[in-house]
Amino acid sequence: MREIASGEKGEMYSYFPGCTSHSTAVEYGLSIKAVLKALGVSLVEIEDWNCCGAAAVHSMNKLLSLCLPARNIAMAQKTDLELVVPCAGCFNMLKRTERALKTDPEMRREVESTVGFTYQEDLKIRALIDMVVNGIGFGRIEEKVQRPLTGLKVACYYGCALVRHPKVTQLDDPENPQYLDTLMSSLGATAMEWSFKTDCCGADLALTHGDFVVKLVNRIVGMAQEAGAECLVCSCGLCQINLEMRQDVGALGLPVFYFTELMGIAFGLEGTKWWSKHMISPSTLLDSLSLR
Amino acid sequence: MNRFGVFVCHCGLNIAGTVDVKAVSREIGEIEDVSHSEDYIYMCSDPGQLLIRNAVREKGLDGVVVACCSPTMHEVTFRKAVESEGLNPYVCEIANIREQCSWVHQGDKERATAKAREIIRSVLEKLRGNEVLETLAMPLTKRALVIGGGIAGITASIDLADSGYEVILVERQPSIGGRLDQLSLTFPHLDDARCILGPKKAEIANNPNIRVMPYCEVEEVKGFIGNFDVRIRRKPTYVDWDKCTACGVCLEKCPVESLSDFERGLTTRKAIYTGALSENSGKPVIDPIHCRHLVDGTCTICQEVCPEGAIRYDQGEELLEERVGAIVVATGYDLFPMEKIGEYGYGRIPDVIDGLAFERMLSPSGPTGGEIRRPSDGRIPQEVVFIQCVASRDPERYMPYCSRVCCMYTAKQAKLLKQKIPNSQPYIFFMDVRTDSKGYEEFLQGAIEEEELIYLRGRVARVFREGDRVRVWGEDTLTNRKVELDADMVVLATAVVPSEGIKDIAARLRATVDKHGFLTEAHIKLYPVESPTKGIFLAGCGQGPKDITDTVAQASATASKIQSLFSQDALLQDPLVAFVDPEICSGCGICVQVCPYEAREMDEYRGISKVHEALCQGCGACIAACPNNACELRNSKAVQVFGMMETFAEGAEGSLADG
Amino acid sequence: MDKPMTTVELPDIEGRQTFLAEVQERCGENLGLCYQCLKCTVGCPTAPYMDFNPNTIVRLIQFGLKREVLESNAIWLCVSCETCGTRCPNEIDIGLLMDALREMSLEEGYRAKEKGVVALHNAFMESIRRGGRVHEATMLMEYKLRSGDYWTDLIPGMKLFMKGKIPLLPGRIKGIDSIREIYKKTQKQRKVLEDREGKSK
Repeated sequence: MREIASGEKGEMYSYFPGCTSHSTAVEYGLSIKAVLKALGVSLVEIEDWNCCGAAAVHSMNKLLSLCLPARNIAMAQKTDLELVVPCAGCFNMLKRTERALKTDPEMRREVESTVGFTYQEDLKIRALIDMVVNGIGFGRIEEKVQRPLTGLKVACYYGCALVRHPKVTQLDDPENPQYLDTLMSSLGATAMEWSFKTDCCGADLALTHGDFVVKLVNRIVGMAQEAGAECLVCSCGLCQINLEMRQDVGALGLPVFYFTELMGIAFGLEGTKWWSKHMISPSTLLDSLSLR
Repeated sequence: MNRFGVFVCHCGLNIAGTVDVKAVSREIGEIEDVSHSEDYIYMCSDPGQLLIRNAVREKGLDGVVVACCSPTMHEVTFRKAVESEGLNPYVCEIANIREQCSWVHQGDKERATAKAREIIRSVLEKLRGNEVLETLAMPLTKRALVIGGGIAGITASIDLADSGYEVILVERQPSIGGRLDQLSLTFPHLDDARCILGPKKAEIANNPNIRVMPYCEVEEVKGFIGNFDVRIRRKPTYVDWDKCTACGVCLEKCPVESLSDFERGLTTRKAIYTGALSENSGKPVIDPIHCRHLVDGTCTICQEVCPEGAIRYDQGEELLEERVGAIVVATGYDLFPMEKIGEYGYGRIPDVIDGLAFERMLSPSGPTGGEIRRPSDGRIPQEVVFIQCVASRDPERYMPYCSRVCCMYTAKQAKLLKQKIPNSQPYIFFMDVRTDSKGYEEFLQGAIEEEELIYLRGRVARVFREGDRVRVWGEDTLTNRKVELDADMVVLATAVVPSEGIKDIAARLRATVDKHGFLTEAHIKLYPVESPTKGIFLAGCGQGPKDITDTVAQASATASKIQSLFSQDALLQDPLVAFVDPEICSGCGICVQVCPYEAREMDEYRGISKVHEALCQGCGACIAACPNNACELRNSKAVQVFGMMETFAEGAEGSLADG
Repeated sequence: MDKPMTTVELPDIEGRQTFLAEVQERCGENLGLCYQCLKCTVGCPTAPYMDFNPNTIVRLIQFGLKREVLESNAIWLCVSCETCGTRCPNEIDIGLLMDALREMSLEEGYRAKEKGVVALHNAFMESIRRGGRVHEATMLMEYKLRSGDYWTDLIPGMKLFMKGKIPLLPGRIKGIDSIREIYKKTQKQRKVLEDREGKSK
């Protein structure tokens, strides 16, 4: 087991990074590591984890789509730590599996025998944003703020997988979630009121149907712009890259941050070199507010 | 000198938005015999009435004009208010400055204000001629007539009888029970219709206050609230019911068969038959149209087989006179005839039936013993199409209104179909599904969930016979698809229409009906169970389509209205009636002819006309007709009316003409 | 309604009920509850591109029109965003329904209208089978080969690569054998299903 961030003893979580944390969402992975270290929270990456399967697998093969996350659950069960998942997509797949294991005894037997493990119902699976907001809490976050994000107008984008279906995710209000907004306020930023927080960006079809995914993305980014936001903030590797790559709303476009990136800036962390990884450079925006 | 008070109501902005109420109140206050004038936002409210009462008391007013809405709205209110301060209620008058002024002159404030002022001035002129009058007390017959023996008439009868009043229940069929007797289970709790009706029928039979008159019709109604004289015709049954023991032998032996109305044509009945088949005690009648003896004298079988010798081929009709104080009209409904609907087969496709026929099929006492079978070949149907809004909500061709019960009974019928024939499939074509009462939406959704009903939104264009099945051309507008399917049976939820003969009975009662024949109420919200003709009350589907729950509630409401009427010692009536100056009357009798209420009669000894104050409604017909001006109306005497007109004429020469 | 009206002749009652029952069994949703309020369709991000709207899919299943449903592009354009299921007044999870329909369509060999989507899903699944995790570069290459669409998104892809966001060499998790075992077992389960279908035919 590999500890990727280490803090005070006792405050540890088991961690499922997801495939994108090493590729298209590398800045998410890096900022998570830095921010949690600053907050004194240790993350223990689960042993030899595998891909959650994502939309592709649940579209093609239901049993496989439950067994792939189940193998990760089996690995996570080896510790008695809560399992934290940063990517909304992976979180959703793990929670779908959890729901099937908990509510469908027949399916549970099938999954258990296929993967070769025995499910323990007490394993808690949490989205990273949930762990930050409800586990660490705003008090401790505010204490760490060195450089408040004063003047930064953000539109918080939750997308689909974090909040839907609520019977699966059991997290926040599916029509008007607040976790990210409240977190942004505690960092000193201004979370704009807007109406497209949970509208789907169509990421799953980005490669096959780029033409209409551009329309979906533009509508989301356009609504954020209209609400007065200068950037978006999200918690999903697929949403982030889709929103940055497919938007076509003006000369510069709106950068899309992972929430942990903005936490890093507000905490005044050194070596936040991940900016260069963005497809839409946030440098101009951050410079204009002296946040870099 | 009079001491009049004038009270000008704003009616929110209804009057004050168009009439300068402050100016009107001020100007009227300057008239010599007006000792008090004021305005207020809502004169009919408690504080508004208190203003009037205080002024009457403190200023010793001897006459009041309230300038407000129509007297039909609040005349009674204000007369009661002044009466509570010891003032005679008939010196309180209404000046209508809303319906007759502000509402019709919006946008012309100046002239509307002038007109309001003139209206008040003319009413003041009338008031100057008013007399102090005493309310008339009329004798009251505390017995009610209920027309129609369905669940509405039954309920009203029981409620009235239970409170100690006599009831005559007239039913034109051979037995009571009405449409409810034809139903199977009822929505939303699936109570058996018989479990609702059975105990009620028993109560009717055992209640000494109720006299049931089956096979009777109301022939003529005279008189007025409190004292109606009713002539009832007992149709010949051709059976002496006192002797008949309802043994049923005659029904068995009668050789003549014709389609049964009660069974909606699903089976036949004999020429001698009983009303509701479910009742053992039903005594038979002979149908004169089909009975061979009555048609051409060729058969006497029933007479031969009757062990009691009860058959009376020579029985004639009988006329009975009764006096009652109030009448409940509960004449019920029919279904719009399928025979008139061409696109659904003009009633000629045997496996296309209406909702009531399907009820008979579902009913254990029905012609199939509760089994659902196709009328054409007796086969058990699998795919059954239900069509809602047949002839309802079709303003151009049939009825514009919603029949209210079809959505629910269709859902219920589809559910019962699925329960009786588990491998069947009900399809329901609808325009909207209206489930607006307690527990109805839950019933519908429950039925859809448990029985897998398929609801298709769209009106079926056509139904026709193809082989031994019925082809249905419909549409599902929600998915934009034309749907064609072969059904084993089609059930049409045809429109609820008033039962046959409603217009005749309404005319006899001087009650009004709308253009579809439904009885009209005096006011849809204020007087929903009263006919505009006093003393006539409305219950059930004769007033408009409604379900059993609403029918029973309405029937109880009529009973309650009649109970409060009958709880008085005498009938109190406004004394605003005609009177005759005996010095002038020439005894020509024209007034007797023109009076629509039979309130005028010649006094044969004195040779002049007289007024029955109990019957007079103050309509004024006799006054207009009297060639000698011998007739007058109390507190609307000729001198008062001319005075009002002169006041208007003066006003017209003055300010009104200026604008 | 931008889709033209078509006439549908309902299949016989047995065929209809069988298809409905199988779909309901697979997805666990009670489709009879649908009262066609269209909330699912109106909120759906991809419905404008579907041949049948989500509510229509439900209705077609009730009608028993198996081929139309399983060959529709709608089932492949659903992105499982669950907006429909979250808002459905009758708690019908159309996302789960679509999963079941896709699976049935594949198992029974229906022609998929959205070949690109199927190709991408297959490439994605293969990528996991090879390394236990998704490796973008090889996965995308395989997708391009499967779909025959070589040029779309080449430039954005290059940009990602230049940013160092697409690692060049695929990795492989230690327990790759267990992943392949899972694949094998779940595939086998599909075989069984297919056999059963075969026998009943």
